[in-house]
Amino acid sequence: MKKMKLGSKLYVLLIMMFLYAPIAVLIAYSFNDGKTTVWKGFTFDWYIELFKDSSIMTSLYNTLTVALLAALVSTLLGTLAAIGMYNFRGAPRKIFQTVSNIPIINPEIVTGVSLMLFFTFLGRMFNFEMGFLTVLLAHIGFCTPYVILSVAPKIRQMDHNIYEAALDLGCNQIEAFFKVVFFELLPGILSGFLISFTYSLDDFVITYFTRGSKFQTLPIEIYTMIRKRISPKINALSTILFLVVFAVLIITNIRDYKAEKKLQSSK
Amino acid sequence: MKSKKLALPYILWMLVFVLVPLGMVVAFAIRDDGGRFTFEFISKAWGYRDVFLHSLWVALLSTTICLLLAYPLSYIISRAKARTQRTVIMLVMVPMWMNFLLRIYAWVVLLSKNGPLDSILGLFGVHVPLIGNTGAVVLGMVYEFLPFMILPLYTVMGKIDKSLIEAAQDLGSNGLKVFSKVVLPLSVPGIVSGVTMVFVPTASTFLVSQYLGGTDDIMIGDVIEKVFQTDRHTGSALSLCLMVIILLFIIVMNRFGDEEAVGV
Repeated sequence: MKKMKLGSKLYVLLIMMFLYAPIAVLIAYSFNDGKTTVWKGFTFDWYIELFKDSSIMTSLYNTLTVALLAALVSTLLGTLAAIGMYNFRGAPRKIFQTVSNIPIINPEIVTGVSLMLFFTFLGRMFNFEMGFLTVLLAHIGFCTPYVILSVAPKIRQMDHNIYEAALDLGCNQIEAFFKVVFFELLPGILSGFLISFTYSLDDFVITYFTRGSKFQTLPIEIYTMIRKRISPKINALSTILFLVVFAVLIITNIRDYKAEKKLQSSK
Repeated sequence: MKSKKLALPYILWMLVFVLVPLGMVVAFAIRDDGGRFTFEFISKAWGYRDVFLHSLWVALLSTTICLLLAYPLSYIISRAKARTQRTVIMLVMVPMWMNFLLRIYAWVVLLSKNGPLDSILGLFGVHVPLIGNTGAVVLGMVYEFLPFMILPLYTVMGKIDKSLIEAAQDLGSNGLKVFSKVVLPLSVPGIVSGVTMVFVPTASTFLVSQYLGGTDDIMIGDVIEKVFQTDRHTGSALSLCLMVIILLFIIVMNRFGDEEAVGV
């Protein structure tokens, strides 16, 4: 691995500027004492207003509830599905994989409208309106395929003899799973859970079509705020979200890096 | 562990929440309210062919620009020190985690009249509308989806065996030859998945063109959303067409990727 040449360094720098300049501007305006894009001085007012806004706080609560439940259910559903799928062979397996990948491949908007048609149909039959439950179901639907994708490789990689060994040593099937197999799959299960959680937090399109008229999540709230046009509260909200994401990524990266170093030095 | 039954809940789930809803889209697209088969809605969808073409054009432009920007970057990162690789890739991923509406909104602010960029250009006496045209839409798409191009390219290039490149150099290839004979062919799988991951969402995204584009820049996602509010049949027909186009695109891309892989 050699050192980067000057030209290469400049190029990386330019792309980074392209990626971060808009975010920097967004953050800068969250401190602007005025509603337009003209700089009028420094203020924290938008942050104070943000926390006073009860509808934003409700949306935040809704978003976190949906994300947590969706991640839990889809992790369970997806892990079971991945294990079951491992025992499929030939055509059934191929069909299973293809159908399971539909929510990933299909344009989000098509998934959104198809669920809207379906839920309005059910709603008329059983007399309910779209809202929390339909959003949750939709989120479980688009998260589960990602859980399968992250758990399935772990099942393929693991040594299946240890399961047999656990059975031979007197475990029943359920004990053998939770005492042995579960820990082999755990990294895949955890990353499936995290992917689901973040995708659910961030989803706008599918929520937009399945939320009915009252249920609000944070991305929907952002959409309405942008519609109503330019209140720097959006900027304050973006700044906070950005800092949280940035902190989480840096922490996990440093942890990985340290773990790797430890591994190297122990060799 | 040996039981196929564990997959049963999800199989039922897929049946109810994936296949039935998609079946309903198809049914709404080809049947009228009385349940009779009709081409009426498909032909109404055909009336929007210009919007389809425009969406594909924007997707093509955005994908090409993403590829041109991402390719050198991914190559540079893949050859840097391990620690630099880790840092740069993390920096590429951070904006992906920000809500896409906020990222588009950032460009609305940046490009707006009397906004930062407009003011800077104004100092040089340049007065052009920065927002409300196809260029702004493409810019927004490139910004939105560039990381989706960088990551698969980087993954593939990082796996290229350095000794292959050295061997090519030892055998007398110059930089250009090394690139065209070694690096490029080996990075095809990354190109294929990067192009798919940028093209598909770009062609079907909605809202981006409403915020950044002009009145002629409306894209197919926006039309589907709007038509659905009043006419579910034509909306379904449009969705069906979009689905078929995307499916064809993915099939073509996969075939292309497979052939290249065999060629190497």
